[in-house]
Amino acid sequence: MNARVNWVGYKTIVHKEVTRILRIWPQTVVPPAITMTLYFIIFGNLIGRRIGDMGGFDYMQFIVPGLIMMSVITNSYGNMVSSFFGAKFGRHIEELLISPLPNWIILAGYVTGALLRGLMVGLVVMLISLLFTRVEILHPLITLSVLLMTSIVFAMAGMVNAIFANKFDDIAIIPTFILTPLTYLGGVFYSIDLLPDFWQKVSAFNPILYMVNGFRYGILGVSDVKIAYAYMIMGGFGLALAIICLWLLHRGTGLRS
Amino acid sequence: MHALEVNHLTKTYANGVEALKNISLNVEEGDFFAFLGPNGAGKSTLIGIISSLVNASSGEVRVFGTSVQQQRSKAMSYIGLVPQELNFNQFEKPLEIIVNQAGYYGINRKVAHERAEKYLRQLQLWDKHDKISRLLSGGMKRRLMIARAMVNEPRLLILDEPTAGVDIEIRRSMWEFIRQINANGTTVILTTHYLEEAEELCRNIAIIDRGEIIQNSDMKSLLSSLDIETFVLDLREPLPEVPQIDGMEFKLRDPFTLEASVPKQKSLNTLFCALENAGVQVLSMRNKANRLEELFLRLVEKGAMV
Repeated sequence: MNARVNWVGYKTIVHKEVTRILRIWPQTVVPPAITMTLYFIIFGNLIGRRIGDMGGFDYMQFIVPGLIMMSVITNSYGNMVSSFFGAKFGRHIEELLISPLPNWIILAGYVTGALLRGLMVGLVVMLISLLFTRVEILHPLITLSVLLMTSIVFAMAGMVNAIFANKFDDIAIIPTFILTPLTYLGGVFYSIDLLPDFWQKVSAFNPILYMVNGFRYGILGVSDVKIAYAYMIMGGFGLALAIICLWLLHRGTGLRS
Repeated sequence: MHALEVNHLTKTYANGVEALKNISLNVEEGDFFAFLGPNGAGKSTLIGIISSLVNASSGEVRVFGTSVQQQRSKAMSYIGLVPQELNFNQFEKPLEIIVNQAGYYGINRKVAHERAEKYLRQLQLWDKHDKISRLLSGGMKRRLMIARAMVNEPRLLILDEPTAGVDIEIRRSMWEFIRQINANGTTVILTTHYLEEAEELCRNIAIIDRGEIIQNSDMKSLLSSLDIETFVLDLREPLPEVPQIDGMEFKLRDPFTLEASVPKQKSLNTLFCALENAGVQVLSMRNKANRLEELFLRLVEKGAMV
């Protein structure tokens, strides 16, 4: 009985999220497509030609995994934070809070919604990249698993942000001041081998570096970090964030008085 | 079995406000029960705790024997809530809102569509099922929340000011709908500022003031405890001074309008005879307030003086 209620409830949250993403597609799918096309043209094509090879690949090919990962990270996070905070701000999160659904189903439903948006945008960026270069996926399982784990981690991070946010400004602070700098410094556009020793050591503390390189390894077979470390970091962050999200939902922080 | 048991419930908010002070009450299955009280009395906090939107500081709430604090999911499956504030996504369509709500209760989409259509039709909203909800009128939005609360066919329906800001015609049709729901076996708890509404619909009542229950009884015995009724009399001639009649109190609102407070045991004939003798001619008469309103004000004023 409970399993059926939970399953239908989960599907409903996912359905509602996907409907929302598709309803506002000019805000969800089009902007990353335009941004990434500009990255490919400016960094990949115009500047990249002067840079030459990186990690044994031409520069355009080298940045494809990073740009896909960047889109997945920002869209998974952005979807969760805007959808969950929007529901909290508009008070329709109460529809879920008064329902019999347990917190883990609410978390799973919203994370799946964010994951699907991340995958949708990732696929669009991948298709755009095919207009500029050839992309072959060397290790499909690693590619897919890193993509899914990264998206899930950032979706849950988005939920923590949404839970603590009180106004719309609060959901823009972390993407602007933390997420974007960490992504840009996470090896999207360069190999950390190019950095001096000190900055290589500093970069090792950036979790996004492991995700980008894990994904790059899946597609191109090259990475600046050990792939096992990437899985450990994603798994560790995923577990910690899942515990934090469930604990916050259980306490009702920011949701129940 | 009680539909609702509230045991020694207290709620103190983070800012120190004590919204509920050791409240206990029971609502019988099948009852039509009213929570009344002035603004800020603690009614919405109580409803918030029953529906798990507010965490209690101490005490327990049971819905059909199931503890909201210990077995939240099971307890919530019995409840339908119509909150005071609009809390649906105004960019979604009514049908979408109701079908999604049904999904959160494990109702599959086919059944959810059937129920959504049934309740939207009953609440005269079916012709708006495909419109963006933001564009609905205030009364339609309130009816939409009732339809949404009914989609899981709850055993306990809680309505927090459901008719606020709704015109009298729609209000009466909503009363009829809710009365029918209750007649079909659903326990209904209502909070309202329209005391006429509570008197018309409810069988039992709890009056809450400053976080405490100051009255909890059945409507009939509560109303029978009202010993004085006040009437407003419109006069033919201006009255220069208040008449003095034994056992009755008068107040002159203006020279043509007199308020008469009459003990229940005295017949109205006594009032009219006395006025006739005093040379006062009455053109028309009405109750100053409905009976429940008069009692409510008296109880709340008494509480305020303590």
